[in-house]
Amino acid sequence: MSAIEITGVSKVYAGGVRAVSDVNLSIADGEFIVLVGPSGCGKSTLLRMIAGLETITSGTVSIGSRVVNEVDPAARNIAMVFQNYALYPHMSVYDNLAYGLRNRGVPKADIDARVAEAARMLEIEPFLQRKPKQLSGGQRQRVAMGRAIVRKPDAFLFDEPLSNLDAKLRVSMRGEIRQLQRRLGVTSVYVTHDQLEAMTLADRIVVLNGGRIEQVGRPLDVYHNPASTFVASFIGSPAMNLADAEVTNGLVAIGGQVVASGVSGVKDGQVIVGLRAEDIQPAAPGTGVPFAVRYIEELGALRLVHGSVEGRHLTMALSPDLPLADEIKVAVAADRLHFFEDGSGRRMTR
Amino acid sequence: MQTKRTVFGNRLLPYAFLLPQLAVTVIFFLWPATQAVIQSFQREDAFGLSTTWVGLANYADLLHEPTYLNSLKVTAIFAPAVTLLSVGLGLVFAVSLDRLVRGSRVYAALLVWPYAVAPAVAGIMWWFLFNPTIGLLPYLLAAVGYRWDHSLQPTDAMILVVIAASWKQVSYNFLFFMAGLQAIPKSMIEAAAIDGAGPVKRFFTIVFPLLSPTTFFLAVINLVYAMFDTFPVIHATTGGNPAQSTNILVYKVFVDGFIGLNLGSSAAQSVVLMAIVVTLTVIQFKWVERKVTY
Ligand SMILES: Nc1ncnc2c1ncn2[C@@H]1O[C@H](COP(=O)(O)OP(=O)(O)OP(=O)(O)O)[C@@H](O)[C@H]1O
Ligand SMILES: [Mg+2]
Repeated sequence: MSAIEITGVSKVYAGGVRAVSDVNLSIADGEFIVLVGPSGCGKSTLLRMIAGLETITSGTVSIGSRVVNEVDPAARNIAMVFQNYALYPHMSVYDNLAYGLRNRGVPKADIDARVAEAARMLEIEPFLQRKPKQLSGGQRQRVAMGRAIVRKPDAFLFDEPLSNLDAKLRVSMRGEIRQLQRRLGVTSVYVTHDQLEAMTLADRIVVLNGGRIEQVGRPLDVYHNPASTFVASFIGSPAMNLADAEVTNGLVAIGGQVVASGVSGVKDGQVIVGLRAEDIQPAAPGTGVPFAVRYIEELGALRLVHGSVEGRHLTMALSPDLPLADEIKVAVAADRLHFFEDGSGRRMTR
Repeated sequence: MQTKRTVFGNRLLPYAFLLPQLAVTVIFFLWPATQAVIQSFQREDAFGLSTTWVGLANYADLLHEPTYLNSLKVTAIFAPAVTLLSVGLGLVFAVSLDRLVRGSRVYAALLVWPYAVAPAVAGIMWWFLFNPTIGLLPYLLAAVGYRWDHSLQPTDAMILVVIAASWKQVSYNFLFFMAGLQAIPKSMIEAAAIDGAGPVKRFFTIVFPLLSPTTFFLAVINLVYAMFDTFPVIHATTGGNPAQSTNILVYKVFVDGFIGLNLGSSAAQSVVLMAIVVTLTVIQFKWVERKVTY
């Protein structure tokens, strides 16, 4: 088990594509880090540089206290779980698990013991003699996990390991991966584009955008204090509402309509205001801002109401037992508002 | 699987479409094959005036004919040697090219070229290259102290025909191995690398096993090629000589039938050859269905 230190790492592919730019990240021993971001933001590239599958254009990656830039993947003592599992189709499940141990000259008796232990942990004992193609998707996923844990590596690297599973299995495997990682205490870096997976798995989330780190933080910190409009719109479902607004003397106006007052610490001028769907609520009688309802999504426990205030699209999350009309009046708690700079989209300190 | 169906208005039209291919098959394969089977039970007198039914006598004679037994032996060396060399080189080239980052397209195109050269031309080319008086290779071999002469040395002659026959097959095998390699997911190789297997170990434990269906298919195809299609190569290089040392079965069919005019024996030999090829093909299909899949 080891800490991972990423210092000033960039990756430029042959052909000039700049996939990762100047990434700095310290991963503590035993920490579960999730890299999250939209497609093409460089998550896989960063992970593959840690694994040694991709050369590092500039900067350094250290595992433990050793700089591994020039170290072969095999010698980095990491294990990786691939999106397509990459199981060896001509080998039995047992041999798939044992392969890495045999290559490292682990004695036969130890291999037996370690494969048996991993198989028990992942409940794949009944399949040890089967070939991968005789397994379901979920079982294959477990074998891929098993292949990672038998090696007792310094770090686990996951590249979207659950994205080939159906929604229900994904949720249960997510929980299992989390428990397994806690129990083994192995440093883990997990790539996903699913913000929910990031929120539920991570000790710390790393949000990437265009090859740069947008924000690093604990899931709830990132959720409650997004560092930019990009993070605000990426983390949380439904996405945070963002609208251009005008601040004057502590009054916040969207399209001329004052939605909140008594805001302190924000300079007067044009801003982008962010508000979570659950922070917009029906107003007390006789107060509030007109909200034109466009359409409604029923989620069971919640009801998402999509509509607009002064032509700006907003979504609010309501309890399903509140009565609805075509136009309702809503109120926003001033202390729940997020403010971002108009041009850069960076969070404004309050 | 879904199949597309075309409905023809005219009932005869589909048959008309099939006709050219059927005609070619009948005229150039079925008819001569039938002739061969019939002739293999007949014997002609020395002047070609009368034929008599002799039953299995032609086949029985083959078993006692030293030159035929020799030809069997020669083929048993020639065909596996051609297969081993051409499949092996095809694999080596494909794997080398797969590791190349730059320029692999150019090399691939160059490696495919030999396949476009007619076998007889290839044979003559190698004959020139190995010609004891004017050839380049004997000249080079002489420099290391070897006196090359395939017109006198049976071993030299065998090496010559094996190389000449393998040459263009390397291209064919190379293409199949390239396709096979590309079908192996990159992540599987990466997983093996992380699992601590170096390039050589990866090749033998992952890549080669995954190529085994391709390899088996090519082994059979090349065996059949070496036994059946190498007539022009032999004809252009050694003519089966010296001392029958490169007189493979298919060449002997020609020599006995068209030069020796022993049609009965020649026919019996070609029937035996056909039987061997059919057997190989059947084995291939049976195996491909079951064994080699993982
Ligand atoms: N081998 C390569 N050669 C050139 N460019 C590449 C290569 N691999 C990736 N890229 C580019 O680098 C950028 C980052 O790719 P990467 O695979 O890291 O994205 P990602 O965040 O993992 O996306 P996804 O969620 O779709 O997997 C993309 O613009 C991609 O086109
Ligand atoms: Mg990716």
